[in-house]
Parts: sequence; C-alpha cells; structure tokens
Amino acid sequence: MTLALDLVSWACLMLGAAFVVIGGIGLVRMPDFFTRTHPAGLTDTLGAGLILVGLMIESGWSLNLAKLAMILIFLLFTSPTASHALAHAALVSGLKPWTKPGADSEQNRSKP
Amino acid sequence: MAHRISLFVSLATVWLLLSGHYTGLLLTLGAASCVVVIAISHRMDVIDHESHPIHLGWRLPGYWLWLLAEIVKANIDVARRVVDPSLPIDPRLFEVPAHQKTDLGRVIYANSITLTPGTLSTDVSRDKIQVHALSGAGEDDLRTGTMDAKVCALEGNS
Repeated sequence: MTLALDLVSWACLMLGAAFVVIGGIGLVRMPDFFTRTHPAGLTDTLGAGLILVGLMIESGWSLNLAKLAMILIFLLFTSPTASHALAHAALVSGLKPWTKPGADSEQNRSKP
Repeated sequence: MAHRISLFVSLATVWLLLSGHYTGLLLTLGAASCVVVIAISHRMDVIDHESHPIHLGWRLPGYWLWLLAEIVKANIDVARRVVDPSLPIDPRLFEVPAHQKTDLGRVIYANSITLTPGTLSTDVSRDKIQVHALSGAGEDDLRTGTMDAKVCALEGNS
C-alpha cells in the first residue's frame, strides 16, 4: 500500500516538475510579455498543483496535509489576480501585444 | 450574522490547522484573536457577500471540479505549443461578453479565464471582458460561452 502511494506521489512530483520546466522553457521561447504570461500559468496551475498533491500524498493524514492544501488554495486564488494586475498594467501603460508576422495588426515585429 | 459566523469558523479552522498546539492557553488566545478580527472587520464594514460568498454554497465545489478539468486540458495544450519546435502560437486580443449579474460573478469569470493557461483577462468592464489568448484554440473555447454560462449558473438567482 505504501509502495503504491509512493509511486503515485513520485509520479505527481515528476509530472509537476516537468510542467515547471516546460513553463520555464516557454518563458524563454515566447516573443513578448503577454505571451510569456501563458507558460508562466503552467507553473502556477499544474506545475505547483501536482508538486503539492505529490507532497500531500507523502505527508499522509496529518496537519501538514491541511497546510499544503491551504497553500494550493491560496495559490489558485492569488496567482490569477496577480497575472491580471500585471497584464492590465502593461496594457494601460501602452505595451502593444506581439502578433504573428502577417496577421492583421498595425504593429508587427519580427520573430526573435 | 451568517457571514460573521462563517468568518469565525474559517478563522478558527485556519488557526487550529496552522498552530498544532492544543493547550488551553493557546486555544483561548486563538479564540480571542478571532473575535478581535471580527470586531475590527465589522467596524471596517468589510464583512459582506463579496468578501465571504457563502451564498454560492455547494455549487462552488462542482464548479471547481469542472474548472480543474478545463485547466488540465489547457495546460496540456499550452505545454504542447511550448515544446513544439515550430512554436505554433498566434496571440490575439479580443473581447468576450460577460453575462454575470454581480461584480463577484464577473470577478470569478475573469479569474477563471486567467487561471486557465492560454487565456488571460486584461480588462473587466460591466458587460464584457478583454482577453489575451495565446492561440486561436483558446479564443474559440471562450467564444462557445460555456464558461460564461457555468459562472452564471454558479451565481444562481441571487
């Protein structure tokens, strides 16, 4: 039983770590601020979520489980609010979103 | 009154879960600080249906489960685009209608859009939400209006 739980927990941790790494790769590959916020969302949701679920399975029925669950809930409430505030501020201060070259937009920059 | 009781219960739960020391003195101090926080919040007039949406009740877990499935799908889609060597993105900025009746409903809708990777709400007004999407697929998903309808159902008749 503990072996099965360990396997599930390891799978969650590895998958979560993979999503965090993919999020990091996305941050580097994306062309501008607005597109970079999307891969950052990977680390916020499934990345952090799966890692926390993996840790919850490891901790078993204890106070730590409740604390990890609280971290997850607060993360899911605060991270979209922060992303929205950042994106809204960027748009209000006049940053133009990058669009695909050739798409119908007045401002086209070349792909990096 | 229901909001104050609910606030006390959540504050007490957080205290009990975070402290882990169940001695008479610490429990008394915890209960006392909960009461003080509620007194201060009452004076600041911040305890209402928006800071404490208990009227959403049991509809909320169902909505969270549905949203979780959407988040997982969107995560896989964005991850696939990131690792694809040709980087198949086509970012766009557009507006979707928001049919929610209350501010709380619109905030839930906008936050759900942002929480789903691939779409990001950039501006919220009375009846529409401006969204930045990473690809056409993200825009098409929102244009179907499924999430809009789900949040409206979550709001209920209140």
